[in-house]
Amino acid sequence: MSPLERDPREADLLDAERAVAAQVGAADAVAPVGTGTHREVGGPPPAGVEVRAPVGVVMYDPAELTVTVGAGTTVEELSGILSEANQECVLDPRDATATIGGTLACGLSGLRRLRYGPLRDRVLEVRFATAAGELVRGGGPTVKNVTGYDMPRLLVGSFGTLGVLTRVVLRCQPRPMHAQWGHTSDDPATVLARSFRASAVLWDGARTSVLSEGHPDDVVSQIATLGLEAQEGPPPVPVGAHRGRASVAPADVIAVGRSLDAIVGARWIAEAGVGTLHVACDEESTLADARQAVTQHGGWLLREEGAPGLDGFGVELPNAALMARVKTAFDPTNKLAAGRLPLAPREDARIAS
Amino acid sequence: MDRALLADLRAALGSDRVRAEPLELHLYGRDAGVDVGEASAVCFPATAEHVVAAVQVAARHDRPFVARGSGTGLAGGATPVGRPVVIVTTHLNRVLEVDEQQRLAWVEPGVLNLDLSRAVRHLGLHYAPDPSSQQACTIGGNIATNAGGPHCLAYGVTAAHVLAVDVVLADGSVAMLGGVTPDQPGYDLRGCFVGSEGTMGLATRIAVRLTANPPEIRTLLLDFTSIDDAAATVSGVIAAGIVPAALEMMDAEITRAVEDFVGAGYPRDAAAVLLIELDGLEHGVEAQVERVRAVGSSHGARTVRVAADEAERALLWKGRKSAFGAIARIAPDYYLHDAVVPRTRLVDVLRQVYAIASEQRLTMMNVFHAGDGNLHPLIVFDGREPGIWARVHAAGDAILQACVAAGGVLSGEHGIGLEKRDAMPLVFEPADLDAQARLRDAFDPSGRANPDKVLPQGSRCGELARIPEGAWV
Repeated sequence: MSPLERDPREADLLDAERAVAAQVGAADAVAPVGTGTHREVGGPPPAGVEVRAPVGVVMYDPAELTVTVGAGTTVEELSGILSEANQECVLDPRDATATIGGTLACGLSGLRRLRYGPLRDRVLEVRFATAAGELVRGGGPTVKNVTGYDMPRLLVGSFGTLGVLTRVVLRCQPRPMHAQWGHTSDDPATVLARSFRASAVLWDGARTSVLSEGHPDDVVSQIATLGLEAQEGPPPVPVGAHRGRASVAPADVIAVGRSLDAIVGARWIAEAGVGTLHVACDEESTLADARQAVTQHGGWLLREEGAPGLDGFGVELPNAALMARVKTAFDPTNKLAAGRLPLAPREDARIAS
Repeated sequence: MDRALLADLRAALGSDRVRAEPLELHLYGRDAGVDVGEASAVCFPATAEHVVAAVQVAARHDRPFVARGSGTGLAGGATPVGRPVVIVTTHLNRVLEVDEQQRLAWVEPGVLNLDLSRAVRHLGLHYAPDPSSQQACTIGGNIATNAGGPHCLAYGVTAAHVLAVDVVLADGSVAMLGGVTPDQPGYDLRGCFVGSEGTMGLATRIAVRLTANPPEIRTLLLDFTSIDDAAATVSGVIAAGIVPAALEMMDAEITRAVEDFVGAGYPRDAAAVLLIELDGLEHGVEAQVERVRAVGSSHGARTVRVAADEAERALLWKGRKSAFGAIARIAPDYYLHDAVVPRTRLVDVLRQVYAIASEQRLTMMNVFHAGDGNLHPLIVFDGREPGIWARVHAAGDAILQACVAAGGVLSGEHGIGLEKRDAMPLVFEPADLDAQARLRDAFDPSGRANPDKVLPQGSRCGELARIPEGAWV
């Protein structure tokens, strides 16, 4: 028994997780839900028994720079607790009322990825309810670990199709001493080449916005070096009835941005140096055009909201046969979040069911 | 049986690329760990096509295969079990493309870790994971073990730096996992592959992220009269809101050994030293240097030496990175362990580790990545001494158990391989191991990719115990 297991909150969480696992095991179709902020991301919202992950911060020792939470905890609640110790976990979903489990399952990396890396780098340990109704743990609670296969990375971005996340251990970090946004008309490639560890470089086709975080004097000098005009907060991320997230090679961001500019009604902002573009519009057909422009550059566009006709990524899943084998290994009857990923059923899956 | 296998391998790769003489089979019978096995053939492919051909021949003969880089692994991950075909990647050693704008490089798996950083130095870039063996270990091997190194404290381990991998799966088919777009549709198969120790296939081409060299770097050496004070300083630095680029600890024995070996100016009478590196922009780095100095002093640091120039900085690091060369002067054999504990348990676990060594009457040194709780107890001994191996193994088992009891894990960067395979149930329940076995089966239904590594026999629920022919374990 590790010391963790003796924490009373830990025992409560474990009971709640077992209840979730039993619920998942008993159902023929499972729809994992959090606070419902990202229900339309990817495929259509799955039908089935709605399953919710346990809520609560279970273990937090600021000296460890790690935190253990029920996956149903909202990002907002976790941020509040970490900020009391002047720390943060870089989970920046568009809507902070999203649950941590949902944010991880949808693979939402947030706008500061340029500096802090993708969401999957933040997850140390996962526990999830399997289709068979068992609780499975993968990864480990320490900041460094190669004990067995990297289950946390497999679960991040899996849309709940391999298991329902019930708890996670996340890596935290000290909050930056100072943060300042600024903007310039210089193109993002120039800004990237001249900046050092910028937290974000966002570009909307006309203006490049930069987030600098760190020692106040360094932030001031970076703003000066880049010739930025200071601004309050981040630039607006486009909103609309139909929204999507595109992923392209970082080198293609400018070309893709120019293509999107040519589509009437498409509003967008790009994460330069990363390759993510956020697109929004009022008509579904506009998002379809945007998807076409992105795929022509070798990328893909994931529907995040609206656009019921634009399920999936707009491209075939790469290594679809291998992914189907992985899916079958964890969920042979395709009962977990069915339809969230466009995976073809396999012959042996049908036999197993 | 081997004759037909060898003939097919030679026909596919060319006879000079396939060896099966007793000397080669002996040389490639182990890695830098302690487990010994036996290969049936050793292949030296020079192209990805050669790798595919070798894997296809192995498939046709229903034989296992084991990927091997420089053989610096310490957990027996490259030890051949079941008389497999050993596929050595050291001739696949080209840096194929450096993309300065996107800060990435495409490399073959046999490129040496340090060679990649050297190849991009003129661009002000480097490859961040820096295992102590970086002069000798390959990028492919680093991926297999999800290797770490001192600078992984701030920069993350190998998994955070691998963008895409072309792999040959066990059936001889090829797939690109991951990509240079920030995310890929569907499951993160690249993430699964990194750290899978060759059990999911073999990499033939890898895209890695390159990191900008920081404009300012300060390297500090703090020395202490007690190891507890040094460990308390580690916690104090983290608690002060500083995540250094590296935070390494060396105990009295290893500090003396290193100083005698390289003369880096480490104090020979210290109970422990900390090597701390801070990097970034000027003001932040200066503020952190002062903060670390204050934290160290408040925990009894005798001296705080800040490297004055690049030469002094290189010398301080040379001391740390020569640790394993230094101990060769003390005794002919060593057994290097690797485990991770929560940072706040460092002092407590270190005490237990020393007690275990003294109980088994063994010489033990500690040189490790203190900042992320990654312990490397190093047992130094003479393997010719009767009964010594039993004591060495007993100490190793006890150390692992102490780390797990403190909430730790079995390995931070060396991997599980053969060495720790049977310890996996210490940290995982049967359902956890079953899930991992399912994942492995999804990649390799045939079970021929580096069999008998990582997961203990019986991991798959309902699995029949299957000991492959010729297994030494």
